[in-house]
Amino acid sequence: MAKVLVKGNEAIAQAAINAGCQCYFGYPITPQSEIGEYMGKHLPKLGRVFITAESELASINMVIGAGTTGTKAMTSSSSCGIALMQEALSAMCCAQVPGVIVSVMRGGPGLGNIAPAQADYFQALKGGGNGDYKIIVLSPSTVQEAIDLTYRAFHLALKYRNPVMLLADGILGQMMEPAEFGEYPYKDPDVSEWALDGANNRPARNVVSLHMPEGAMEELTNEIFEKYELVAQNETTYEDYKFADAKLVLTAFGSVGRVAKAAVDRAREEGMKVGLFRPITLFPFPDKDLNKVAQKADMILDLELNKGQMLLDVRSAVFGACPVEFYGRTAGGLLTPDMIFNKIKELYSTLENKTQAGVR
Amino acid sequence: MKGDLSVIISGFGGQGALFAGILLCHAAVFEGKHTTWFPAYGAEMRGGAVNCSVNISDREVPSPVIDEADAVIALNDASQEKFEHKVKSGGFMIINSSLSHIKPKRTDIDYIKIPLNELAQKLTQPAFVNVIALGAFLEKTKILKIESVKEVMKEMAKTVSAKKAALLPNNLESIEFGANIIRQQMVTV
Repeated sequence: MAKVLVKGNEAIAQAAINAGCQCYFGYPITPQSEIGEYMGKHLPKLGRVFITAESELASINMVIGAGTTGTKAMTSSSSCGIALMQEALSAMCCAQVPGVIVSVMRGGPGLGNIAPAQADYFQALKGGGNGDYKIIVLSPSTVQEAIDLTYRAFHLALKYRNPVMLLADGILGQMMEPAEFGEYPYKDPDVSEWALDGANNRPARNVVSLHMPEGAMEELTNEIFEKYELVAQNETTYEDYKFADAKLVLTAFGSVGRVAKAAVDRAREEGMKVGLFRPITLFPFPDKDLNKVAQKADMILDLELNKGQMLLDVRSAVFGACPVEFYGRTAGGLLTPDMIFNKIKELYSTLENKTQAGVR
Repeated sequence: MKGDLSVIISGFGGQGALFAGILLCHAAVFEGKHTTWFPAYGAEMRGGAVNCSVNISDREVPSPVIDEADAVIALNDASQEKFEHKVKSGGFMIINSSLSHIKPKRTDIDYIKIPLNELAQKLTQPAFVNVIALGAFLEKTKILKIESVKEVMKEMAKTVSAKKAALLPNNLESIEFGANIIRQQMVTV
């Protein structure tokens, strides 16, 4: 199949359709409104469900309803809209309801603005919902990867019976580039063991997030966390870009990852040993792999379009193996290849000086 | 010109700056090249400032965000002011002299002044300043063939409403006319 020129948001929507998404529930918000628009245009023609909900709260609760029947369902929103969904995400993790949530980040806090940002890393990864829970978070850096990870999101949601978030940002949502859809590559698990499909000829069952008997909630939480352990073992993914011999390793997720590549290439052209470690799954975070990289590197430079959020996970993974620096902009301020390159030059010269002085 | 090129196309909402960029990207894909299109616009509708950054390359494009552009197409005066400093040294800027009387500030870039709105009046109406500018840009850079854009236009016409599809001949005329401006040196450089 040939490559087509496609906008990030529309690529995500078409990929969801290809993945077999039966229901889309959403409320419009910039910079992701094209997802709902696209779904509204195409889902009804396929005999599938499209509902413009009255609010984000309603959208995510409709996803829960569909999810309990084992149906592939999704919603999409942006920063302040995702904020309204946190209670439901916690409930989904507890009741083990699959569902896909697309978050296309814009400037915040508050209503913020409609410019691209990455300041909802904490929101996605550290949650605003109550209790011990984790959602699986996938971070695309190209339109092609947005397609591939949308496929993966639907599969993982069913495989692990957990909400999966595709965490994109306004750059990726709004940009266009050539990409290929291919076909949905996964074989999804049977849901008949747990899905609410009508209790005809079988005992009644329920899917709930309230577990009152003594010890029941702790037992369930332990089970769910064993599942998260499996997710970490099986699903952790990252991209290695020229970091094998790198003295300075950049860390970046999403669209910043691709911008950082341009800076790495320039630094390499000027003889600087610089590489990039780009987490693709944010939960599970590739902490063991990053630690290995940090053991060999002289310094890590974390780059984000926020005030330093993934930074905490980077520091935790590096665990003192080498110094970690941070460089970022936020709320619509963008990092360009030049800006990153200049920061690389500045930090790299301090490394050279240290080496010359015999300090490591 | 070499295989890599970055351009910022800017104007006020309604002038078609974003669409000119989309045409350019489709033509790049048509020729099998890598490309990115990244828009920036305020919350405004018609009349607000809009621009898009387009990269065309033989290799994968790492950054859709442009530091310095090889070229800027400024469809109005505000765009000229906003993006004059973004042109790479040795690059060029297309200025719409129908809507901008601002004196160029730099000596290290070329300025191509085209009275786009006035020239558009000479063509079958409606004619399109964005497409005329794109024709001039392509003829100047030779980054893609004018024919590729025409093919893309014909393909697009098949997927849009009949009302829009009826404007295909006007679009074809505008792009050819834009290219002719450069071919026949009908401009003050």
